[in-house]
Amino acid sequence: MNERWKITVDRGACLGSGVCAGTAPSHFRLDDGRSRAIREDIEPDDIVLDVANTCPAEAISVYNAAGHRLAPDTT
Amino acid sequence: MADATVARSYPFGPIHGLEIDPMYFWLQEHEPLARVKLPYGEEGWLLTRYDDVRTALGDARFSLAEAAVRDVPRLTPQRYGGILTDQDPPEHTRLRRLVAKAFTARRVEQLRGRAEQITGDLLDEMVKAGPPADLAQALAVPLPGLMICELIGVPYADRDQFRDWVGAWMSVTALTPEQRGEYIAQLAGYVAALAAQRRQTPTDDLLGALVTAQEEGDRLTEDEVVQLTLVILAAGYESTASQIVNFTYALLTHPDQLALLRSRPDLMPGAVEELMRWVPLLAVADVLPRYALADVELSGGTVRAGEPVLLAKHAANRDPRRYDDPDRLDITRDAQGELGFGHGAHHCLGAPLARMDIQTALTALLQRFPNLRLAVPESELEWKTGMAVRGPVALPIAW
Repeated sequence: MNERWKITVDRGACLGSGVCAGTAPSHFRLDDGRSRAIREDIEPDDIVLDVANTCPAEAISVYNAAGHRLAPDTT
Repeated sequence: MADATVARSYPFGPIHGLEIDPMYFWLQEHEPLARVKLPYGEEGWLLTRYDDVRTALGDARFSLAEAAVRDVPRLTPQRYGGILTDQDPPEHTRLRRLVAKAFTARRVEQLRGRAEQITGDLLDEMVKAGPPADLAQALAVPLPGLMICELIGVPYADRDQFRDWVGAWMSVTALTPEQRGEYIAQLAGYVAALAAQRRQTPTDDLLGALVTAQEEGDRLTEDEVVQLTLVILAAGYESTASQIVNFTYALLTHPDQLALLRSRPDLMPGAVEELMRWVPLLAVADVLPRYALADVELSGGTVRAGEPVLLAKHAANRDPRRYDDPDRLDITRDAQGELGFGHGAHHCLGAPLARMDIQTALTALLQRFPNLRLAVPESELEWKTGMAVRGPVALPIAW
């Protein structure tokens, strides 16, 4: 599997709840009270999809290599 | 290093109003890792400093799932806990994401107009009956109840009955375990029937979304659908109602802050954060102790793997290491990071809804009643007792 995903965090939208860092500490950390992706370019990992769908601010987005947004599901 | 041989008896003593026992602040200073013994369960460490409490809430080395299988320190014979609160990521995340969608800041913003309408209707009724009125019964209890009904999708015709069940379940008056079990069973039965209807006729409310998630795979069992709905009710109803009352009380007893907020309505979102920080909703530490899964270094010493910690969030929110002049209510302060809604994987699911309900209620009260005031002397207010959420039993107001 050479597929890569990209994580973006909108630090302006982030409310600092810490849901992401508490759920997936290998992918997110809080920096000055707001979330940051530890690495933006990652191997596919379903936990980041769950985290993006759990963020109360919908500040986290996950894209596949083709640029298609995998999460959050905002329908 | 704390003295591990002597455990203090906890909780410390009776409290009045929204006061915080001075012992918390003594411990914060001198014994940040304090050994405590509760009426039931094993001994644990009480954390009072902001950084330590925040670490225990947000760090994956502290587990809630472990608390479900241990003799957890607790105030009552029965342990508090259930779906979502007995789980750690990733199991917790699998369930949480199914309900989280309904509670995002964006989805909740779409409900603001409806909350304003409900608030307006409730205040119309209050005005019609004339002063004095009890703010709790007139607005603070019905508003969050009706908003949760909207969100879950409880039909209009059933709402009075539904509210009675939830009200009895959440009641601060002592119910026997049997009575309590009966109410919960009735409520669970009702929610199960409502879910069954949605299997026939899909809806776009929260319960409809949970049923769809259940049907679309084996992601959610029928029992999980009911339990998730009940936990949302349990966690979100009485706490929001109490805080609307407490925040109004706090503003009425801090006239400078009230006047400032009246003149600067744009301060409302920040004011609600500061009130969350300043008002101690719980009389005691968080009802959900965490267990360390590894040795963790905190500011007062090391918590060993397998030891439980109790989190005094109300004391942490008044830690001078984190907030300047922490006992002062200051609605212009940046209270971001306050721990009233928790922090980390279990950060309050309903926080955006609670914030919106409270902002809507306070905004309407200030706009409609330029002369809002307590209808009795402050000293005559009767306060809830016991270990439930804090607040006056009733808040008589005039305008």
